[in-house]
Amino acid sequence: MLSRIAESLFWIGRYVERADGTARILDVHLERLNHLPLEEQRSVARELLAVMGARPQSEEFGLPELLHALAYDKTSATSIAGSLSAARENARRARETVSSSLWESLNTTYYGLNQHRKDVVGTYRFCNWVLERTAMVRGLADTTVSHDESWLFLVLGRSLERADMTARMLSTRDVLSAGMSWVNMLRCAGAYESFLRTRRAAFGDQHAAEFLLLDRLFPRSIVFALRDADECLAKLDPSAQRVGFINDARRIVGQARTFLEFHRTDDLMSELPEHMDRVQKAVTQASDAISRKYFNQADELAWVGEVS
Amino acid sequence: MSELFRDYSEAAARSGAYDEMFTPGAIARKSYGQVDGALRELSLADVSARAESMARTFLDRGVTFDYAGEERPFPLDIVPRVIPADEWDVLERGVAQRVRALEAFLDDVYGRMAVVADGVVPRALVTTSAHFHRAVHGFEPAGGVRVHVSGIDVVRDAAGTFRVLEDNVRVPSGVSYVLENRRAMAKGLPEAFGQQPIRPVEEYPRRLLSALRKTAPSGVDDPTVVVLTPGVFNSAYFEHTLLAGLMGVELVEGRDLICRGNRVYMRTTAGEQRVDVIYKRIDDEFLDPLQFRSDSMLGCPGLVNAARAGGVTIANAVGNGVADDKLVYSYVPDLIRYYLHEEPVIANVETFRLEEKEAREQVLDRLEELVVKPVDGSGGKGLVIGPDASREELDALRKRVLADPRGWIAQPVLQLSTVPTHAGDRFGPRHVDLRPFAVNDGDDVWVLPGGLTRVALKEGSLIVNSSQGGGSKDTWVLSDSPQVPAAEMPRSSITVREQVSVWPVESNWRDRQSDQQQ
Repeated sequence: MLSRIAESLFWIGRYVERADGTARILDVHLERLNHLPLEEQRSVARELLAVMGARPQSEEFGLPELLHALAYDKTSATSIAGSLSAARENARRARETVSSSLWESLNTTYYGLNQHRKDVVGTYRFCNWVLERTAMVRGLADTTVSHDESWLFLVLGRSLERADMTARMLSTRDVLSAGMSWVNMLRCAGAYESFLRTRRAAFGDQHAAEFLLLDRLFPRSIVFALRDADECLAKLDPSAQRVGFINDARRIVGQARTFLEFHRTDDLMSELPEHMDRVQKAVTQASDAISRKYFNQADELAWVGEVS
Repeated sequence: MSELFRDYSEAAARSGAYDEMFTPGAIARKSYGQVDGALRELSLADVSARAESMARTFLDRGVTFDYAGEERPFPLDIVPRVIPADEWDVLERGVAQRVRALEAFLDDVYGRMAVVADGVVPRALVTTSAHFHRAVHGFEPAGGVRVHVSGIDVVRDAAGTFRVLEDNVRVPSGVSYVLENRRAMAKGLPEAFGQQPIRPVEEYPRRLLSALRKTAPSGVDDPTVVVLTPGVFNSAYFEHTLLAGLMGVELVEGRDLICRGNRVYMRTTAGEQRVDVIYKRIDDEFLDPLQFRSDSMLGCPGLVNAARAGGVTIANAVGNGVADDKLVYSYVPDLIRYYLHEEPVIANVETFRLEEKEAREQVLDRLEELVVKPVDGSGGKGLVIGPDASREELDALRKRVLADPRGWIAQPVLQLSTVPTHAGDRFGPRHVDLRPFAVNDGDDVWVLPGGLTRVALKEGSLIVNSSQGGGSKDTWVLSDSPQVPAAEMPRSSITVREQVSVWPVESNWRDRQSDQQQ
C-alpha cells in the first residue's frame, strides 16, 4: 500500500488510542483534583500536564486550563479534541482505504466535539462520550477493515500508543501519590474488574502494578500492548530471520518488553517512574524506526538533481 | 394542489422559463406523476425534517465541498429532476455525438491539422488557445482515447429545447454527487421510487475503471490504475476519494509518484510499484513541473514525457483544454458535420465571436442584454450577466473585450428551465442546468443515465455554481421499458432492499430458534 496511506493509518491508531487513554486518565483524576485546595490544585494540574508530555503555556495554570489542555484544545496533539481531530484528518487523507463506516464514525465524532460544556461536570460527560466513541471506532475498525496491511498499521499505532498511555498513567501515581489509590489506577485502565477476578480481593500495591505492567492477558497492560505491536511488526515484515533482527522497530519493542518481563518486580516498583520513562522512550524510538522503514519519502526531491 | 405549492404556478409564469414539473396549466407532467403524488402527501414539517436529515447525513458522511476553507455539505433538494425516456434518448445521442466529434478534433489538432487545411476553422483559433499545448503535439494516446471522461453542460431554454452550454473535457467534476444524491434520495423521498423504473447510476465507477484499464499502455496485461488528486485542500477532494474508493484503486498525490526511465512508480510500504494508468484530477498546468509550471508541487516531474513515450496513460489526455475553449465551442456544430458527417443532435446556444468585427460591434451595443464569458474560464468565473451588471461593470467589460477580443464570447441570456425547489415555507421555481457525464473507452461512448442537475437556490438567480450558493438535485431518467430487469433496479433504494432482505432475515431467525431447541 502507499507509504503515505500506511502512515495515516498508523496515526489514526495512535490518535484514537491517545484520546481514549487521556479521557480515562482525566476522568479519574478530575474527581480528586476538584477536591484539592486551590494552590495544590494548581501544582498538581501542572504536574499532570507534564506527565502527559506538555508544558503549561501560562503562569496561571489551574484546573480550567488543564481541562482546556487535556480535553478541548483542538490545536494540540496532547488533548482529546486535538487527537480526535488529527485522527479524523488522517482518515480524510486515507478515505479511500479506511472503510466508510470507520471514516463516518471519526467524522461524526469530530463534529460532536463542540457540543460539550467545558466545565468540570461537562468534562466528566465528555470523557465518557469519548470512551464510547473511541470504542465504536475501534469496533468498526476491527469489523469493517480487512485485516491486511492497512489494519496492521492501524493496530500497530494503537498498541504502541497504548503501551505509552499505560506508562504515563502509571507515572501519574507518583504525581498524585497522596491518596491516589491503586484501585483508582486500575479503574483508570478499565482493569479493576479483571484484576479482581484474577487476583481476588486480596491485593497489595505490588499486585496491581504487576497487573498493569505485566499481565499477559489484560489488553491494556504494557506487556500485552508491546506483544501486540511486535506481532504486527512480524506480520508486516515476514522475511524470516534465523539470527537477530535487522528491523530496528522489532528490536526496540522486543527489548522493552523482555526488560519488563525479566526484571524483578520489586525493583520495577521501587523505580517505577524511571521504568515508565524507559517505556515511553522505547515507543518514541520504535515509532521513528517504523516511520523510517515504511513511511519515509527520502528521495522526495531527487529529481532536482536529475534535472540540473 | 398541496399548500406547499401555493402560488407556484404564478411564480413559474413570472419567471418565463420552462418548468420541468408543471405545464403552464399547473398540471404535473406525466413523467412527474409519482413525484407529484409523493410530495402531495407531505406536510411542510415533513419536508423540512427530511431536508435537514439529508443535509446532516451529507455532513456526517463527508459529502462536502470546500467553500473558503470550510467544509460544507453540498445542498441537495428533495424534489428530483425527472427526465422522460424519449427526452433522455435525445440527450444521450447528442452528448455521445459531441464527445466523438471532440475526440476527432483533438486527434486532428495534435496531428495533421486537417480541420485547418480544409478551412473549417482558422489556424489561429487553435494556436491562440490558452490550453493548446505544443508539448503533446504528434502524440498518439494509448487506445486512441483523449477524452476518457467528459461533462457536457446542457440547459433547456424557454421553449423547452435542450441546448449545449459548454463542453468540459479536461477535468469535469460532480459525478460523485450524482452517486451520493441517489443514495440520499432513496431515504429522503422513498415514496417516489415505487414501481417507477428509474435508470441506475451506480454503474459509473465500474464503467470508468474498465475504460481506464482498456486504454492502458500496450503490453500491460493487468494495468495498475490510480487516481491523482491535488490533495485534501482541493474543493473536489471528496469526489477523488469516492471514485478511488469505488474503483478500489489507490488515490495518490504527486509526492507519492516518481518517474524513472519514462515509467511511473508509486511509493508503497513494499517499495516502488509501477503505475500504468493515471486518472488525473489536476489541471494540466500543475501536472508536471518539467513541462509546465515549475513551481507546482502538486504533480510529478517527468509525467508528460512518460506519457509521450507510451510508458503511462494519462486520462484525460494532456492538452484537451483546447476543446474546452469557448470560442472552439462555437465551432462544434461545424466539427460534428466535418468529422462525423452528421447533423448536431443538440444545438448550441447562439454565440457571438467577439473577434469578428461585425459581431463585436453588435454585442458592444447590446452589452446590457447579453451574457459575456471569458473563453478559458470555468465554474462561472469572470462571466458577466448584462441585465444584472452595473454601468461601471459594463464599461470595464467593454474595455477588456476591446483589449482582447479573442478572449471573450457573448450569448443571449437564457431563461434556464425551472424545477420546484424547497425554499422556506413552500416550493418555488428555481433555475437548473444539467451536466451529463460520458465515459469513452475507445470503442464506445457510454453516457451515465442522469447526470448532475445543479440548481440556483436564490429566487430568479441563473447562477448554479456551488461556489456561488448553488445546490443540486437528483436526476432521474425514466426507462420506457415497462419491466426493468432486477439487476438494473437502483440497489441503494430502500424499497428494493427491503424486498430482497426481509425473507432471508426471517428464515435465518427461525433456524436459530430451532437450533436452540435442539
